Amino acid sequence: MTRIGRWIGSHLVLTGGLLVLLYMYIPNIIVAIMSFNDSSGARNLYAFQKFTWDNWLNPCKPDNLCSSVVTSIEIGLLATLGATVIGTFAAFGLVRHRFRGRTAMNLVLFLPMATPEIVMGSSLLALFVAAGLGGQLGFWTILLAHIMFCISFVVVTVKSRLAGLDGNLEQAAADLYANEWQTFWKVTFPLVFPGILAAALLAFSLSFDDFIITNLNSGQTVTFPMYVWGASQRGVPMQVNVIGTLMFIVALAAVIIGELGARRRRKAIASR
Amino acid sequence: MSQVSSGTGRDLRLVGLHKTYPNGFTAVHDLDLVVPQGSFFALLGPSGCGKTTTLRMVAGLETPTAGTISIGESEITATKPYNRPVNTVFQNYALFPHLSIAENVEFGLKRRKVYDSGKQVKEILALTELEEQANKRPGQLSGGQQQRVALARAIVNRPEVLLLDEPLGALDLKLRRAMQVELKRIQEEVGITFVHVTHDQEEAMSMADTVAVMNQGVIEQLGSPYDLYTNPHTTFVANFLGRSNLIKGTVVGREGTGDDAVVKVDMHGTIASIKASKVHTDSKDGWLGIRPEKVLIQPEGTAIDAPGSSIPGCVVTDASYLGVSTDYTVRMPWGQEIICFEQNTGRRGGLIPVGTKVDVSWRPEFAFLLDASQDAGAGRQED
Repeated sequence: MTRIGRWIGSHLVLTGGLLVLLYMYIPNIIVAIMSFNDSSGARNLYAFQKFTWDNWLNPCKPDNLCSSVVTSIEIGLLATLGATVIGTFAAFGLVRHRFRGRTAMNLVLFLPMATPEIVMGSSLLALFVAAGLGGQLGFWTILLAHIMFCISFVVVTVKSRLAGLDGNLEQAAADLYANEWQTFWKVTFPLVFPGILAAALLAFSLSFDDFIITNLNSGQTVTFPMYVWGASQRGVPMQVNVIGTLMFIVALAAVIIGELGARRRRKAIASR
Repeated sequence: MSQVSSGTGRDLRLVGLHKTYPNGFTAVHDLDLVVPQGSFFALLGPSGCGKTTTLRMVAGLETPTAGTISIGESEITATKPYNRPVNTVFQNYALFPHLSIAENVEFGLKRRKVYDSGKQVKEILALTELEEQANKRPGQLSGGQQQRVALARAIVNRPEVLLLDEPLGALDLKLRRAMQVELKRIQEEVGITFVHVTHDQEEAMSMADTVAVMNQGVIEQLGSPYDLYTNPHTTFVANFLGRSNLIKGTVVGREGTGDDAVVKVDMHGTIASIKASKVHTDSKDGWLGIRPEKVLIQPEGTAIDAPGSSIPGCVVTDASYLGVSTDYTVRMPWGQEIICFEQNTGRRGGLIPVGTKVDVSWRPEFAFLLDASQDAGAGRQED
């Protein structure tokens, strides 16, 4: 008994950590398993019936599933582009320049992150309707809304990277015959880029994932989260699990490739 | 960028240079300065004296409120930093962390599209003994190596003027001494005008041909290290560059003419003669200054090796033995304590014990007289 107790004691941190990891990844594991579920003729859609490749071979079988994914990806990419560009400019302005209202501007840019989505979504809807766009709710109103709420996250992310950048480096570049344009592209941008990339990834995942704001401003357009929500009323088709698993694999692959790249670079530098 | 060659009159010239920051702080006060081409020039002063601001104005990183900066005949006051034939070694080096050492060094050459940049980079890396590090990133180098990269990155461009902003400040003492020798060697090898900003008086004196001592935005005195040390013009210079004993005195008369002219000063009843060329006050009162190593002491009644007047009735109040020398603190008859450094030549055959009555003297040509209105403690460094 005491030996087991000691064993648990010496492995407690590891065990605890593994349990937390398991807890975090159980949903993904369930989704992955369910993507191989043959649900045809089943009464309970949320129980595993029989193994099949069908869902993976015909992911677009349910009506509107794939078109909603495409819509979400389109909106996600455009929102990422818009929010990253605007947010990066805003971050540069806020970090590099001293102007009246800078502190207030920081707060104003931070607020949307703290605003409940339901509040933001409904006020956006009120705004669109008041602006006479009530009849045209859809792709573009979703995009406008997404760019808007992503900007705050981009500003915060890029700003922290930029604030950590040594201002002397740009002066050194100017001292070494680089004009403003060259200084930006040869020194500032390469050093801030990791921050911008992180901000863009964050913006994409926020946009792709958003349901509440999107749902209020979507008109007839259906994004992937909305499709899942709608389908869940009747029973989610198993293909949704395929999409979910794919997304997880893409994210995992991105992380692994990034880490491998960083490791190779470190090794290359060390061995040269 | 024209190659540096001597005698073309490409001196760095600052005229009426003035810098007041938006918050009202005046860092540099109507500065006039000529740095001869090819010289090793040091701007020496405590932190906040305006030396770095001056340097940054020359680099173009700070805009002067008034005044002009020119190199030879060309004025560069309003020229963008990247169009000036000037390069800087920054205090914290400011190496580009995302570029290799070779790429860092090549940065300036590439911007100016120098076609054989690769060869020049190789040469400069050899000169600064950095060939091994060429492909490493700055983060993998030691402080001393980073310092050399910063230097290589600047001098590879063959600027007309190289600015060094406390370049050795981040190094430990031993490395700093080694780098001082290195810097001096490189300066002599490349022949570029070096303007070196530092608060380390030993560093300035050991390397520079000319030192300008700066204090509160103005140059207190400019000259060779020897002149500054032996003939300071202000109490600040007297205290900041080495140490000085400053004794209150009253001018009682003048004697002689030309080089032999001396000013007689009554120093608490003792008359001391000071060479007229070392008198820097017009008023009747003054600070008589004498460097500690010029002060001679001898136990009362024994002969003293100085033709000057000796002051009897002094007492040794403290003695610290430093091996090569001994620092004595001596109380003068009027109560003031002065310092005396004595080389341990063995001549005396031992130390003078604390409490011993001594005579104090110095050769009159070593003394200087400063204005009494100046603070006797100005520029004194804690040690």
